[in-house]
Amino acid sequence: MTIYAYCVAGALVLLGGIGIARSRNLVHAIVCLSIAQSGTYVLLLAIGYQKGALAPVFGSTSKPNNHVVDPVVQAMTLTDIVVSATITALLLAIAIQIGKQHGTVDPDELSSLEG
Amino acid sequence: MSRALRFWVLGVGVACFGTILVLAFLAMPHFGTSHHPYRDLAVPASVAHGSANVISSVNFDQRGIDTLGEETILFGSVIAVAALLRPAENEEKKEDPGRRVPFQATRMFGYVLMPVTLIIGIDLVVHGQVTPGGGFQGGVVLATGLHLLYVAGQYRSMEKLRPMPLVEVSEAAGTAAFAALGFAGIGVTGAFLANILPFGSFGQLLSAGTVPLFNVGVGLAVASGCVVLLAKFFEQVFLVEKAGGDT
Repeated sequence: MTIYAYCVAGALVLLGGIGIARSRNLVHAIVCLSIAQSGTYVLLLAIGYQKGALAPVFGSTSKPNNHVVDPVVQAMTLTDIVVSATITALLLAIAIQIGKQHGTVDPDELSSLEG
Repeated sequence: MSRALRFWVLGVGVACFGTILVLAFLAMPHFGTSHHPYRDLAVPASVAHGSANVISSVNFDQRGIDTLGEETILFGSVIAVAALLRPAENEEKKEDPGRRVPFQATRMFGYVLMPVTLIIGIDLVVHGQVTPGGGFQGGVVLATGLHLLYVAGQYRSMEKLRPMPLVEVSEAAGTAAFAALGFAGIGVTGAFLANILPFGSFGQLLSAGTVPLFNVGVGLAVASGCVVLLAKFFEQVFLVEKAGGDT
């Protein structure tokens, strides 16, 4: 099963999307978005993986060599995590304001356009 | 659109998207093979610049402009949260946040682990070019260490330990330091974010040129950013109370 790890990533993205679509609470929807984003971490790390390879950090016991997992996708995953965390904070702040303004955080009840 | 109909549309969409994903995965390079062209270029480039942690080198030396963008997203979202969560006109600050004394064991945990966590955070930030870690990870650990005081039930002492004007300035200073190092690269070599310092000896604290400086700047910005974000959310719980009743 060489595509198993990729399928885990795809499943996380899809499950997150299903969760957002079925959500009855904005905070729940935001957590679902985080789950969908964690699918992208799994995909990036799965692309960079090599069987039996070590972490791309060298020291006195591991001299620099090319038998390591791909550091570029790991760096991109780090970027991804930071962006995901900041977006979550921003969305939660918006959810707090929606809750205050409308008295509900159920997306189905937030259908009216108000100025 | 009714809920039932929406779920049917969702089901069709998920099935189609899932099928396309699996087809794409089947055509991708197989999982776990030794074919990694980016790795083969990034590792020698990192070693040539004296950075033992290749990921730090990729983030702050080879792909510095991407990290500047990431840093700007962090900065922008902190500003946006601060703007969204400022007290409204019909809200006022509650003086007493209410006292709920946590368990003795929890308080002990907070007091003992706060200094330890802060030291680990500083260690992660300054050794980012040598060991796993760096500004982003270390910054989050630093902010977590400070909030262990809240876990210990000392919200007031935590507030005193993080004077908000200072934290807001250090958030901006960390981000500005990143950009300033980038412009220093232009001044010295003509390339934005170029590594302008001596590379030092491989695996030592002072190695990898500007990477440790970037780590410290990012660590400052991330720690302050997390503190500001959490402070704004805390304010909502502890201090903001509706004065007039209905909104």
